[in-house]
Amino acid sequence: MAAESGKIDPMHQFEVTPLGGGFNLGGHEILFTNSALWMVVAAIALGIFMWGGMRRQLVPGRWQAAVEGFTGFISSMMMQNIGTEGRKYTPYVFSLFMFILFCNLLGMLPLGVLGLHPFTVTSHIAITGVLALISFAIVLVVGFWRHKLHFFSLFVPHGTPLPMIPIIAPIEFVSFMVRPFSLGLRLFVAMTAGHVLLKVLSGFVINGFNAETLWLGSIVSVLSFILMIGISALELLVAGIQAYVFALLTSLYINDAVNLH
Amino acid sequence: MPQIAQLTADNWYLASQLFWLLVVFAGIYLVIGRGMLPKIEATVDARDRKVADDLAAAKAAHAAADAIEESYRQQSDASRAAAQKAVAEAKDKAAKDAEKRLAKVDAELSDKLTAAEADVASARKSAMAEIESVAAEAAGDLVAKLAGVKVGAADAKAAVKAVLHG
Repeated sequence: MAAESGKIDPMHQFEVTPLGGGFNLGGHEILFTNSALWMVVAAIALGIFMWGGMRRQLVPGRWQAAVEGFTGFISSMMMQNIGTEGRKYTPYVFSLFMFILFCNLLGMLPLGVLGLHPFTVTSHIAITGVLALISFAIVLVVGFWRHKLHFFSLFVPHGTPLPMIPIIAPIEFVSFMVRPFSLGLRLFVAMTAGHVLLKVLSGFVINGFNAETLWLGSIVSVLSFILMIGISALELLVAGIQAYVFALLTSLYINDAVNLH
Repeated sequence: MPQIAQLTADNWYLASQLFWLLVVFAGIYLVIGRGMLPKIEATVDARDRKVADDLAAAKAAHAAADAIEESYRQQSDASRAAAQKAVAEAKDKAAKDAEKRLAKVDAELSDKLTAAEADVASARKSAMAEIESVAAEAAGDLVAKLAGVKVGAADAKAAVKAVLHG
């Protein structure tokens, strides 16, 4: 978006634009947006990826080994953090991890070269917040279902001296209630910051070559471009790490609900 | 900032965001999480089980081979011990036989020796007696020729005996 003024709006990439297909649902107009499009693209890409792992051979090929690497990664994580009961929650955590990972990575695709506008679904707190709330709701439902009111003992860590309970319990309660916010906010902030940074640097690259003093602008552009390469690699890492952190924290929270402390 | 803007009231796309998120995520959960993931996990589990079974079978075969080797070794030990025993017995028997034969030969030889000694002794006695009579005669003759004295045979014998036996 190089406007005539030479300004590039790094926030433009987060704009939601309607692509049509509106209908009414409970007084709200539901439109098919670019955000929805990229969610669907992520789902389809994930579906194709998983389909390649469905060959069920005894000796896996490369693709099957890759898919089994992901499933084994999540199920061993659930096994370590929760125990054998963790298998029940593996489908949810796996879906969460893969959806976030694919959205993060698809948002990183350099499709701008082809004139398309990639949209990072996970850079919207409405999305990450809802995913965090779903995780939190699962923790609450499972916790109260399994332990009834005994679930409140979560706020009193094991071995707390009696006089400390009135102080510890509110702190634990607050930290428990903050979980969905920190969970959703972390992913949203990491993705937004990374994409803004890349956009700002790419603005430097473009504006540098358009500068009046071309030699100085070129130096800035080249340096910015080198920096962009490094930061793009870093962002790929962040995309994986943030998906992992989201899934890991969800599994730890579910562990609290299943096993208390 | 469009992300924050959608959290305000009367934002046109918040409802669309939530709707499509729930639709897509529910789809992923049902089709991939509930449908595909268990099959892939079952494949992995089946493979792990097969590997574990194969390893157990290999272990069992190894143990069986060890047992067979052990019994083979015991058998060979036993047969070697039996062979050694048989050899020892045969040696023993041969030694005893040799001893017995040797003793028999020994006894025969000593019998012969004593018989021969007895023969030698009798021969010596008779020879001694003959020497006495010959010497007495010769002494009588010598005395008769030298001194011209006739010596009686009995006297000559006595004198010879006295000289021979000191």
